[in-house]
Amino acid sequence: MPTFVYMTSCDGCGHCVDICPSDIMHIDTTYRRAYNIEPNMCWECYACVKACPQQAIDCRGYADFAPLGHSVRVLREAGKGTISWKIKFRDGREKNFVSPIRTTPWGSIKSPSDYEEPRHEALQNQELAHEPEALKVEKLPALKRSPVKQAIV
Amino acid sequence: MLTTNPFAALVVPVPPAFLQAYVVLMIALVVVGTLFDIIHKGNAKYFFNDWRKAKTKRTRKIGGGEIASSVLKSAVVDVLMSGEFCNSRRRIAHLLTMYGFLIYLITTVIMIFRYDNPAVPTPRLLPMLWTVGALMICVGGYWFWFFIRVDVTAEGNSRFRVVRADLFVLSLLANATTALIWAYTQFAGYAVLANVFLGLYVIATTVLFGSIPWSKFAHMFFKPAAALQKRLELASGQWRNLPAAADKPATFGRASTQPRHF
Repeated sequence: MPTFVYMTSCDGCGHCVDICPSDIMHIDTTYRRAYNIEPNMCWECYACVKACPQQAIDCRGYADFAPLGHSVRVLREAGKGTISWKIKFRDGREKNFVSPIRTTPWGSIKSPSDYEEPRHEALQNQELAHEPEALKVEKLPALKRSPVKQAIV
Repeated sequence: MLTTNPFAALVVPVPPAFLQAYVVLMIALVVVGTLFDIIHKGNAKYFFNDWRKAKTKRTRKIGGGEIASSVLKSAVVDVLMSGEFCNSRRRIAHLLTMYGFLIYLITTVIMIFRYDNPAVPTPRLLPMLWTVGALMICVGGYWFWFFIRVDVTAEGNSRFRVVRADLFVLSLLANATTALIWAYTQFAGYAVLANVFLGLYVIATTVLFGSIPWSKFAHMFFKPAAALQKRLELASGQWRNLPAAADKPATFGRASTQPRHF
């Protein structure tokens, strides 16, 4: 479910613009409020929903439950470390969920800039930067080449 | 400069009645512009629809005491202290601009209507406050426009990009800046420059008050009402259909134990 912004609640602080991994949260040039410029390209990660301090960002539900009075509302309580979700179906049913904002302590995850700069030879390697240490595994799993399918591969 | 009433010592003599008529015209533009904004954008309609909707969904009835407390909290926290801002830099910039504008506006009106000619000496405090107010607008406004507003350098846009959302802040800044330069050039005796900046000051002022239907000038009237509505909805147990506050489970925020409520 892609996200959208209630422009009357948004104060244009730009947290969602900063956090969106898809770079699709932008600030409207007329009203200086955030909006999702391309819902089709939304990863549905809800980083913006969780980051919004004004509870101004919501999820646009899919057609099976979206029409006729559905809603997906999110309350972020940074002090408690919780994100509460309230899902209202069009038949009036309601489901409430509470999740943690994160499961590791704040600041415990290294940012990419904290790692050593990769060397040029690393371009020949199939692993991405800082792998496998950053994934906290000794070695990444790899498929064994089957003698039968060798010709295909 | 700090103690001279710039409106009483104009290089080109302008009758006080003309200045006063201009101020009245600007007030009329604010009233008409705000009413036009309300009708055109349907703000009031949306606001009262929302109010009615919230009333039907409330989980508890609020008493007169709670309403009074919400009004007081809105006035003190949301309006006087710009409490709705989550970013402290934006909040400080807003407070500087807001109080600067109020001081500057009130002293302008007093100096034009009460001390309109050099024969009536202006108290030294008024021009000082006028200058301080204009400077506060400049500090808060330029800080906001160059360093705090979002969607500028992060989006690859120029720091100097101007869009319609900037109409209010830029016309306000143009107003305060030209006012300060005009007052200085007039005080220092640069007659031609003073006249040029007086002209720019009048243009900036007319744009600021005349562009209300297209700018966010009227937020100073709408925002307090919206802040009060939010507080009343929160007190009645229903705010924008949001989930109830979560009770903090013991496992939250711990790496050692996985949360059990996914």
